[in-house]
Amino acid sequence: MSENKPNTIEKEVLVKVEGLSKKFCKDLKTSLWYGVKDLLSGVRGSSEERELRPKEFWAIKDINFELKRGECLGLIGHNGAGKSTLLKILNGLINPDAGKVTIKGRVGALIELGAGFNPILSGRENIYNNGAILGFSRKDIDAKLDKIIAFAELEEFIDMPVQHYSSGMKVRLGFAVAAQMEPDVLIVDEVLAVGDLGFVLKCFKTIDTILPNTAIIFVSHNMPMVSRICNQIILMEHGCTQFQGQDVGKAIDLYYTRFSNNENSVVYDDGVLVLEEINILDSNLKKKKEPTLKWKEDLQFYFRFKIIEKLKQPPTFKIIIFDIEQRPVAVFEENTETSNILYTDSSIEFIITHRQVQLTKGIYSINLLVANGPIASPILRLNDVIKFQVFHEKDIWSPFLLSSEFSIPK
Amino acid sequence: MSLETRVYQKERTIKFATLLKASLGDMYHSRFLARQLAERDIKAQYRQSYLGVIWAFVTPLATAAVWIFLSSSGTVSLSDTGVPYPVYVFSGTLIWSIIVASINSPMQSTQAAKGILTKINFPKEALLLSGIYKLLFDSSIKIVLLVLFVFMYGVGFHWSLLLFPIAMLGAILFGTTLGLFITPMGLLYKDISKIIAFGMQFLMYVTPVVYAIPKTGIMKTLMSWNPITPIVLTARDLVVGFTPEYLNYFCVVMAVCIPLLFLGLIIYRISIPIIVERLSA
Repeated sequence: MSENKPNTIEKEVLVKVEGLSKKFCKDLKTSLWYGVKDLLSGVRGSSEERELRPKEFWAIKDINFELKRGECLGLIGHNGAGKSTLLKILNGLINPDAGKVTIKGRVGALIELGAGFNPILSGRENIYNNGAILGFSRKDIDAKLDKIIAFAELEEFIDMPVQHYSSGMKVRLGFAVAAQMEPDVLIVDEVLAVGDLGFVLKCFKTIDTILPNTAIIFVSHNMPMVSRICNQIILMEHGCTQFQGQDVGKAIDLYYTRFSNNENSVVYDDGVLVLEEINILDSNLKKKKEPTLKWKEDLQFYFRFKIIEKLKQPPTFKIIIFDIEQRPVAVFEENTETSNILYTDSSIEFIITHRQVQLTKGIYSINLLVANGPIASPILRLNDVIKFQVFHEKDIWSPFLLSSEFSIPK
Repeated sequence: MSLETRVYQKERTIKFATLLKASLGDMYHSRFLARQLAERDIKAQYRQSYLGVIWAFVTPLATAAVWIFLSSSGTVSLSDTGVPYPVYVFSGTLIWSIIVASINSPMQSTQAAKGILTKINFPKEALLLSGIYKLLFDSSIKIVLLVLFVFMYGVGFHWSLLLFPIAMLGAILFGTTLGLFITPMGLLYKDISKIIAFGMQFLMYVTPVVYAIPKTGIMKTLMSWNPITPIVLTARDLVVGFTPEYLNYFCVVMAVCIPLLFLGLIIYRISIPIIVERLSA
């Protein structure tokens, strides 16, 4: 009986990037002139270090990574961080200004799905065109033609001119051709943002099927998708690597942190109350240094108001939690007559606590509504009074990750 | 299972010879793609047009018609060319249009493919090859018309007519070589294509397209030295059955073109990435 030997076949490195940098010019006329100079030095072949000329900036600076077959690298960052530039260099479309890229095998790119489509020709003719551009021969395309049409679900319209296709149909056709390519390295640039749910699911299934044999580089702003597919991650910030490694969750947290800002807005104010202080508290009821907490930690806030005009009865406080996409996800129970709230002549103070919060990973903001009177008319409404962040390894689409226990029925 | 390895870095560490081999290799491998691109463009051009293929030769025909009229009505008196004037003029304008088209072809094909150049990696030589396929298509239509003319005006069939395609290929070779050199700059600055269009119009008058080379004078010197002259004259002589007088010059021009063509291909290959990053698409 031989014991199970682990798979010791070393997966080969398919993509290797060393010290990659690229600069661009901001001004068009200067850019064209630099283009002429680059042409001359390109033909002559100079090997000097390239410095920044006037009006130039580094689009990407000193990027390093390695990717083996079966690995999926996520590339995230704000708009303008340099992700698409990096993909263009990996694809061989533009030359780097420093560093080296080594790619083995066939490269497939889903950078734009309608590339090469001529609107006047029919879908079938465009399949041949697109396939030719991607490097297939006529025989290859003939063999795969039926599979492509079936994948795109366009049997009925395949002979209609592409200019009459809806954008969803175009996207399905483009993806169908690219997906049949069976590349060694696949580069996906935000292409999955377009297309309906059916298309996105199909894309996922295809990517899942080819992942064991392919090295994938995936660019997206959709964090749940990145979290689901990628096992390595690079977070880019203005061309440089801000975070790199296998901890996809941490990189996504850093990405979210960049977008949190502390602006609040007054929606309605009767002039009766003023919110003086609001803090998020830790387990010792002290103000937290950073407004962050772990999943299943207690969520506690401290509120203090200054009373401008005396109120006949105690007001009700409604605290609503919104997620990063401005969806309302939860609201705290309002206070009743017996709630513990400290009233003085000039101020109102209280701490509100929710035990073991199970919000999923992400950044949340609080809206506050203070109402008064028999019909609860608003006296103060503030949006975005405080932001806080929940940490967890997994990025999940739903607002809540409920802790669950499994047991066997008797 | 060997995988093709690609290395991208800033220094051009590859020698000219390797680049040339790669360039010609890519051109050979991209035959199917080039044919697809050419078919796609030709179909798209003529699908929405009623007159369709006629537009291919309307310009040389119209220019010829104007000159035939000017000459026959006595407005302009031209020296005797030894051949019925309509045949003389039409063969001239035809070859001229082929030369102009092949000079413009590399730049036009690359310009039109801006969309896919910035998004997908494919052998760029396919663009050049598809341009040549389109040229051959247009030229074959023009040849049919020329042969019609030849028989209509009683020049009759000569065996040398069968060599005419060689002269035409020579014209395409010459034009493509020139076109390759102007493409990189022409894609960056629009002035270049305008200068070429402008310049070619003038150049037609120092080439024996619509009139023969005079016996003496400054025009004789200019037209004799003009490298396009032997191409036009050899082509025409082959059509009408004269022995080509400028054959030596023609062969010299062709011999010079071939290494220049290779150089142009290498420059094109090196400059495409540099231009792609400056192109707006």
